[in-house]
Formats: sequence, structure tokens, C-alpha cells
Amino acid sequence: MAERSIVEAINDCLHVELERDSSVMVLGEDVGRSGGVFRATAGLRDRFGPDRCFDTPLAEAGILGTAVGLCMAGWRPVCEMQYDAFSYPCLDQLITHVGRYRWRTGGRMEFPLVVRMPYGGGVRAPELHDDSPETYYVHTPGVKVAIPSTPADAKGILAAAIRDPDPVVVLEPKLHYRTSKGDVPDGEHVVPLGKARLAREGDDLTLVAYGSMVAVCEAAADALDDVSVEVLDIRSLKPLDEEALLASAAKTGRVVIVQEAPRTCGFAAELAAILAEKAILDLRGPVLRVTGYDVPYPYWQIEDEYMPSPERVLAAARRLLEF
Amino acid sequence: MAQVLPAERDLRRVIGDAAGAGDRQVEGLGEQELLEIYRSMVRLRTYDERSVVYHSQGRIGTYAIFWNHEAMQAGAFHALADDDWIFPSYRESAIGLLRGMPPATVLSWWRGHPAGWWNPDDYRVASICVPIGTHIPHAAGLAWGKKLKGERAAAIVFFGDGATSEGAFHEGANFAAVTGAPLILFCNNNGWAISTPVEAQTRAQTLADKAVGYGMPGVRVDGTDVLACFEATREAVVRARNGDGPMLIEAVSYRAAPHATADDPSAYIDAERVEDARRRECVGRFEGYLRRAGILHDDLAASIQTEAVEAMREAIKAAEAEPPADVELLFANVYVDPPASFGSDLEELRGTLG
Repeated sequence: MAERSIVEAINDCLHVELERDSSVMVLGEDVGRSGGVFRATAGLRDRFGPDRCFDTPLAEAGILGTAVGLCMAGWRPVCEMQYDAFSYPCLDQLITHVGRYRWRTGGRMEFPLVVRMPYGGGVRAPELHDDSPETYYVHTPGVKVAIPSTPADAKGILAAAIRDPDPVVVLEPKLHYRTSKGDVPDGEHVVPLGKARLAREGDDLTLVAYGSMVAVCEAAADALDDVSVEVLDIRSLKPLDEEALLASAAKTGRVVIVQEAPRTCGFAAELAAILAEKAILDLRGPVLRVTGYDVPYPYWQIEDEYMPSPERVLAAARRLLEF
Repeated sequence: MAQVLPAERDLRRVIGDAAGAGDRQVEGLGEQELLEIYRSMVRLRTYDERSVVYHSQGRIGTYAIFWNHEAMQAGAFHALADDDWIFPSYRESAIGLLRGMPPATVLSWWRGHPAGWWNPDDYRVASICVPIGTHIPHAAGLAWGKKLKGERAAAIVFFGDGATSEGAFHEGANFAAVTGAPLILFCNNNGWAISTPVEAQTRAQTLADKAVGYGMPGVRVDGTDVLACFEATREAVVRARNGDGPMLIEAVSYRAAPHATADDPSAYIDAERVEDARRRECVGRFEGYLRRAGILHDDLAASIQTEAVEAMREAIKAAEAEPPADVELLFANVYVDPPASFGSDLEELRGTLG
């Protein structure tokens, strides 16, 4: 066990997994010589050679398309998309091939690839370095999606994704890459997909989030010192731990879902729909959402106003408690 | 730096005119090999012609016709070794037949039946790529991945002239070049992307010219000359195996049939050029070559033809005898470990189906 940041935990995971399985390889823009723009892949090229930590041409769709062929040749590629919004060109490959190829072969060929990328705002970056694109991925059949919020989960979920026989997209909260630190198990550490994490137990109200919004929920929970607040870190969006969501809703009867992405058809809407279908009699008030707005992610001078804040979460929580 | 080679402009040819003027021999191809190539062309031609009939009879769905593309497919195929991989577009839907895939499998694919799914590993033939050009990076990745593993297999990817306008063509070609992947990029330039002529796709003088930008050789062949297609592909395979990286082959023809059964080309195509292309269609051209060489005679031609027709008769029977697909297959094979919702969705669906 060692204290690590999220990005250090990811780097540690990649070292462990490339060591463990000689068919695992990393490819992406600037992953090799520079070790990645966030240093997530630092040291891999020296340790495992330029073929297993490969600096690709600058072509996101080409990276993912090539990874499909690498799977067919027996590799387990881990593709880095340099930033969330730079992954959009690879949606073509993801939708038309990555999520369909196993199905297309009648289940006879596996595509154990991983797409990992830093996501989310709050880092004072130029346009299109700040998006929360999880809905596009979650909506794609045949693909799994996970978003860790802690260093230990960042390592364990990525390890699970690499070992998974199906394609997995892992979004990493770049805002907390270096600021969030915690104990991370040494060596092999796997956090199975499909299991939520109860970040905080409570009785009166559940705040549901994933990735960087978990910290916002925890700050809001701290501020609500007169109320017993549960914080559920979904962390695996697909497969989803529906049981954990329903159990928490049954316990508290009040649910606020927090998501950084724009509101319409965001993942919070899916969670709210599940609660409407399966938990209606447990609920003491409406399921509320605190989300980004249906606008392009803004200029960074006003990005703090766009981002769901503890204050907005508190306001929603108060509204629900008074319902 | 890789040497940048100017792409060729003239079409390479082996087969001469109907009188035999200009017929050349291809080194390494004896009588048996030539007849095998012919047999492959006839199998493909028969598959294609029967499919158009089956479509008109409502026995298969919309079908992408490849009539007069048999020279490209069979020519390229016979230059490959058994462990080389083939990445077909929908225009090469039946190329697996040449690797022993039952024609019933391909018919099932066009019938929208899951029996048309195959395991690419069984035939070293990837799944049919329906969107344009997006399989080119797959082929680059497979070829590169094989090379990284120290295996000798190369890959060939087929795509049309329109595909060269796609970003996926560029990214796949460039990845292959950068990684030195043993890949043959085989462009079937039949002059048309449905109704859009190749002149509207590019201002490049030839599609082979595009190879220059990737630092790979580009050659042009007569796409209705099966031996020219064979010879160019063999050259590309030798290069690939020697570690010299990818090569682009532009095989040129004039599309002599509709894009697909749903297409009516009369609104846009040059009928005279179609007539001309049909007169010089590729199977007949090769047949003439073989007859002039004294390799093919009437009895043998007839028996090859009968064998191909009989195989299709059996194939459509087999495809139609497939039991109806169970609704379970809606959910099967999407994930190795399907989510719990698939089970409950299936149960609910079965309930409503009674």
C-alpha cells in the first residue's frame, strides 16, 4: 500500500498489467517518448520497449481502428485518447466496429481493448479539453464504461478493463489527476466492473455521482451537517450496479444525481429513469438532477459557474428535503 | 526516410486482345495454377449471377453486385498464402468462398440471418465491412500486430474508389506505412461510388498517386485482367514479407452492373461504356487467354461451370433450410458477460411474443 495520486495509480496499473501479460500494449499520441501529456504512461517505453508503448500518428480514429486489428492479431491494446473531446473522431470506429465486432462474429472473436482518456473541466484549458462525453460511450451497445473517482479505483478499474474480454472505455477525472491522493494497493489490484462504491453512508438523502462529481457531492454532504447524507459513487456506468442504486434509494427515499455533462439525455437521466421505473414507492420526493447545462463547455473564465458546485447540490438537496 | 516513389500512370496488363496480340505469361503460373484461378473466377461469377436471381425471387435481401470484379478478387486472392488475412468490403462479400467458406454462409449474410456470421479466424477473412473504408485501419492493425508477434502473415484490404475520400483510408494507409505493416491496399476503382464518378471524388490524376503521400509504392492495373491483378498483388506480398511495408494497388475498370440490387444506374451511367465493359468482361477475357494457350477447352469449361452452378443450388437450399433465428440472438454475443438486463428483456419479450 502506498499513497498515490490518480495519475500515479494509473501509471502503476499500466506497469503491473504490461508486466503481467505480454499481450497488453499501450498506444496513443505522445504516450511513449514523452510518457503522455499527463505522464500517465511515463516509463513504459523504457521498461517495455517502443512496440508495447507506441507513439502513434496523430489520428484518433486510426488509433482505435488499428486497435481493432491488433485485437484480431492477439493483442490487448490500451488506447489513450489525449483529451476527452479529442476522442470524438474515434466514435466512428467505436460505434460502427468496436461495439459490434464480437456480435458480428457470432461471439467467436473477442475484442479486449481499452480506451482510456482524461475527461472533464475545471482545469483552465482551451476549448475542447474539458468535455464529459460518457453518454456517447454508454449509449453504444457492446461497450462497457467506467469512471473512477479515487486513486485506488483508478488503478483497480483500469486493471479490470484491461483484463475484460470486451471493449471498455475508462474516463479519468483529470481535475483530480494530481490533487486526489489516497492509499493504493501495490502490485495487482482489480476492482470489478459493475459494482458501485458507497463513498459515505447516510439515512436521509442519497447523492449519486461518478468521477469528479463525487468530490462535489462529498463537499455538499459535509456542508449538510444537520442531515445524514449517503454518497454513492457509481464508478461503473455500464454494467451498472442497479442494486446499489435501488438499495440506497430504498433506504433514504431521496435521491439527487450529479453529473458534469450537459443535462439532456445525460447519464443522470438514465439513473432517474431507473428510479422512476423501479423505486417509485420508495421515493419521498422527485429525483432531482444537478448537471452541466445544454451548452458547449464554456470559456474557462466562466467555467466554475457552469460546473455543478456543492452550492447547487446543496440547493437541490434542501429542495428535496423540504418537499 | 522512406523513399518516395512516383506512382505509375499506365495500367499494367498481362492478357492481350481477343486475337491474342500481347498475351504474356506470368512467371510461376503453370497450367494447374491458371485453371485454379479460372475456377475461382467462375465460382465468384456464378455466386454473383445467382444472387441477383435469388434477390429478384425474394430469397435474399438487397445485394451488392460484383459482376466483372471477379478478376480483382480472384487475381489478388491467388497471390496470397493461406495464413494471409483478407478484409473485404461488401463488394467482396463472397471472397471467403475461395478460402473454403460455404456459399450458404454468405447467402445467409445477405438473407439477414445469423448463420451468415462467421469466425474470421476460421478463414482469415474479416467480417464484411458495410461502412466505407473503416476496415482499412483494422487491416493495418492486424498486419502490424502479426509483424510485432513475429508471424509472417500479411493482410489485404479491398475498398472502392469512393473509399479513398474517407478519412479512414488516409489513417489506415498512414498507420500501415508508419508501422511498416505488411499490408496490401487493394483499391477497386470501377469509376463509380453509387452515382458519383471518380472525377468527383478527387483531383488527383490517379488514385495510385495517393500512395506517394504515404511513402509507399502505388501501381495501376487493368482491373479486368486477372493475371495483372495477380502479378501486382504478388509483388506487393513479396514486398510485405520482406519487411518493406505496404503497397497500394489501383485496379481500374468501368462498373458494368448496378451498385446494388436497389440501384438503377440508367439515370447517371454511360450506357455505351457499360456495353463496352460487358463485351470485355473479365471472366470471358481470361477464358479467351486460356483457350488461346490451349489450357481450357469446351468440356473442361462446361464441367467447371456445372460444378459452380450445382454448388449454388445446394447453397441456397442450405441457407433456406436454416431454422428461423431465435429472438435470443438479439442479445447473444454482444458481451462475453451480458448485463442482467439482457435476461429480463428477453423474458419480457418472450412473454409478449406468446
